[in-house]
Amino acid sequence: MKHLTEETLVLHYYGDADEDAAVEQHCAECEACRALYHSIERALGGLEKWSVPERGAAYGAEVWKRLQPALPARSRVPIPAVSWRWAVASLALAAMLVLAFLAGRSYPPGSGPAPTVAKNTLRERVLLVALSDYLERSQRMLTELANAGAAGPYDISFEQGRAADLLDESRLYRQTAARTGDDVVAGVLDELERVLLEIAHGPSRISPAELEDLRFRLQAEGILFKLRVLSANVRNQDQPAIQHPL
Amino acid sequence: MNSRMEFANGELVAQARSGNADAFRVLVDRHSRGLFRVAFRMTGNEPDAEDVVQESFLRAYRQLGKFDQRASFGTWLYRITVNCALDLVRSRKRRGEPWAADPGAEDPMQTAASGDPTPERLAFSGEVRERVADALNELSAAERAAFVLRHYEGLPIEDVSRVLGCNPGAAKHSVFRAVQKLRRALEPLVSAAK
Repeated sequence: MKHLTEETLVLHYYGDADEDAAVEQHCAECEACRALYHSIERALGGLEKWSVPERGAAYGAEVWKRLQPALPARSRVPIPAVSWRWAVASLALAAMLVLAFLAGRSYPPGSGPAPTVAKNTLRERVLLVALSDYLERSQRMLTELANAGAAGPYDISFEQGRAADLLDESRLYRQTAARTGDDVVAGVLDELERVLLEIAHGPSRISPAELEDLRFRLQAEGILFKLRVLSANVRNQDQPAIQHPL
Repeated sequence: MNSRMEFANGELVAQARSGNADAFRVLVDRHSRGLFRVAFRMTGNEPDAEDVVQESFLRAYRQLGKFDQRASFGTWLYRITVNCALDLVRSRKRRGEPWAADPGAEDPMQTAASGDPTPERLAFSGEVRERVADALNELSAAERAAFVLRHYEGLPIEDVSRVLGCNPGAAKHSVFRAVQKLRRALEPLVSAAK
């Protein structure tokens, strides 16, 4: 009986041999080839356990953070005038809110008279209302998408437009939260941003299976749950404290 | 890689090419972990693997214009990563530095020496790690890349050949040569552990 070569047996291990069925048949009948194959299996089986240090779901965001400053600039394709005007208007509004919030936060506590404190509190509340509204809208969009039922290909171009709009706002809120040390808010907004990016830049027509896949991802990453909790926390902070008469 | 991801990758690459950094961010987010795995297996330690991931994305961004939209973006990224890792490994070899296996990393032959760590087993695992490091250091660039991609990443041989820029027959032979060297280095220890 002509024995199989070591190369054939190694390729068979990976399912890459030209005639895997014939190799299997030969090994069943030939003790020498079977022994050699088992020896290959043992050596490779041991190497299977060579683990790689785990990288979490946020690893991509960490890589991006380090990478972004090093990326060379690319010229952007101009966007239509109407959406540009809308983008400027909404960004300007969000920027005003952010600046108001930062001004309120950076003012030395206790160093001013009572009316200034009241103004700062008001500024913070303005931002909290805006953030709360933003979280509600994001949650609504994702919930609608997660619960969409479709028998055939599903058109998500409308949701994509909403996701793109939400993205611009999200960045400002996230950056503000990071600057003011609100790590929890910044973290959730970062996760939300990644989901929005995926939706905004994915295909606009998706199959029921792809919709199911998206639904599964939203559940697995717990983004809807986190949004709900954060939204509730923000809403609670937004409520003015009950004033008790002295 | 499923077809939906590939399709979306194509759209994202087109947008990133036209200057949309957000689109490139999605690609980074999607592929970072896979690239880290390959980079770690190629370089053998975390700091080098992190550098390779960073450099690979930077090269990919610079070369987006050269990417053929009909090809698989994932395979193209693997190719860049493998080249980055090999550049690093080669420069290390030129300087006479061995394959820098992470000293704290888990023993690759843990199954052979499973159970409570006895002094004999610890000595054995240290010897195994040394042998694996030596054996990997002996692999050629193509053998190392072919083995990592086929054995650990489970890439079909056709994709391995695309990453390596060779024909499938040559890719198969590289996998075989790598396994042969690793097996010969490890077989005496595996037999001793039985």
